[in-house]
Order: sequence, then structure tokens, then C-alpha cells
Amino acid sequence: MKQAAHFVSGLLFAAGLVISGMANPKKVIAFLDVTGGRWDPSLAFVMVGAIGSFALLNQLIHRRARPVLEGELPGRRSDTGVSPRLLAGAALFGLGWGASGVCPGPALADVSTLRPEVFAYLAAMVVGMVIAQRGLGVDAPKGHQEPEADATPAA
Amino acid sequence: MDVDAFSPGAATIGGALIGSATALTLLLNGKIAGISGVVGRILRPAPGDVLWRVWFLAGLVAGGALTFALLPASRAALDFSHAGVGVMAGAGLLVGLGTRLGGGCTSGHGVCGISRGSTGGVAATCTFMAVAALVVFARGKLGA
Repeated sequence: MKQAAHFVSGLLFAAGLVISGMANPKKVIAFLDVTGGRWDPSLAFVMVGAIGSFALLNQLIHRRARPVLEGELPGRRSDTGVSPRLLAGAALFGLGWGASGVCPGPALADVSTLRPEVFAYLAAMVVGMVIAQRGLGVDAPKGHQEPEADATPAA
Repeated sequence: MDVDAFSPGAATIGGALIGSATALTLLLNGKIAGISGVVGRILRPAPGDVLWRVWFLAGLVAGGALTFALLPASRAALDFSHAGVGVMAGAGLLVGLGTRLGGGCTSGHGVCGISRGSTGGVAATCTFMAVAALVVFARGKLGA
């Protein structure tokens, strides 16, 4: 039951999405519409608030040896590099985000509106994820070797 | 620019809540809570790594409901008129594919990745922002 603490994390995250305007597709489209004459740059400030707070708290949390509940802290910095797969994935995500004005967090925060658009988006998103995972072999659980994985065999 | 709609204060406060929520998950179990990753790794689970994700997502759905109830104006402002169910389904498919292929979405790459000095996070964020802006630009030009 201790995992229930993550419910609070989800609550805060959703409150942030709604208060910031990220949960409103119209606001997102107005942010992306840089040349449309009615540009609304507000959502750039979501990045300011989120990156500022997370960068600071990330430093503070790393004063601890380990997390409160379980597991290990990841590195203070991320070493994710640039790869063709990362850029292709980001471009596909950008196509979907630009067409809908909705990214995964806001779609979930908007579930309670019971709008058919939200359910269509989420159902298709799950299908897309499963296609990527089963068809393209991404997200293999750690310690599990994919038959087609290009990982170097253990010596 | 749309001066009437400009809301940097609410956006910054909301952003700080998002960053704090992500930090709380990091503090609890050392996980980086990018939303597409939280969902994706339920679909392809590792043992002992599912329950916290379910709680987090339940909180996300409940938090949306609660905040909309407390701030009725934010609920009334919701506008999905630029995308019907068909466009939303197509977009969702691209988002599902793209976020798992690219290893993250707005939160994983944009917030956590950039905060942690990730080169890939910066490159991914610049890419999806530019592509999304191009889609909106193209739809504006085509009147679609």
C-alpha cells in the first residue's frame, strides 16, 4: 500500500496541467501557432516553472543516499544521447501533438470530462505504444534480453 | 500576440506543480515520471514495477477531476473544436508510437530530460516542438 503515495504525485501533476492551461487543447494550439497572429506564448512558462522546480528539487533529493520507499536514485544528470530513433520518435510525437493539441498527461487529466475525443486519443495511444513495443522491440524490461536485441552478449 | 489570453503566472505556477509532482516520484522510488513512460511500462511491465504506475495514473485522472471541480472556469474553457474524434484517434496513434520510439513525451524529455542536462532530451524537445508548430502552421495555411 505504500505505493499509494504516488497517487499524490499524480494529483499534483494533474492540478499543474489544469492550472497551467496544458490540459486545454485550444491553449496548446495557440501556443504552437507562432505565426498565426494570435500567438499565446503562455505555455513556455510551464517549462520555466517545471524545469526550474524539478532541477532544484532533483539536486536536493540527491543529498539522500536512496529514495524514501524503495529503489535507487538515478544519476543526477541524464546521459540520454541523440539517436536517429529518438529524433524519429520525437517527430512522430510532434505530428500527433500538433494535430490534436494533446500530449499524454493532459489526455489523462481530461478523462473526467468524459469527452469522446479524449477516449479516442487514449485508446489509439495505447495501440501505438503496443505497436512500438511489440513490433519495433522498444521498452524491453531491464534484464530481459530481446531475441532481436543488438545488445552485446555477456562475456 | 494574443494579449488577452496570455497567462504567464498561472502557467508558471502550474509548471512548478508539475515539476514538484515529478520530484515527489523521484523522492519516493527514484523513478523519472514521464507520462508516456509511466503508461508504456504498464503495457510492457517489469516485475514489481507496475503498482506505483497505477497509483500515479489514478492520481492523474482524479487530480484532473478535482481541479476542474475546484476551478470551474478551467473546465468551461476546455475547447476541443479543432480536432474531431477521427483526428484525435490518428493523433493518439502517432503519439503512442512516437513517444515509445523516442523514449518520452513533453514531460519525460521536456521537463525531466532538460532539467537533468540530457542532450537527447533537448534534441527531442526541439524536434517535437518544431514539428508540432509546423503542423499547426500547415493547417492554418491549408485551412484544414
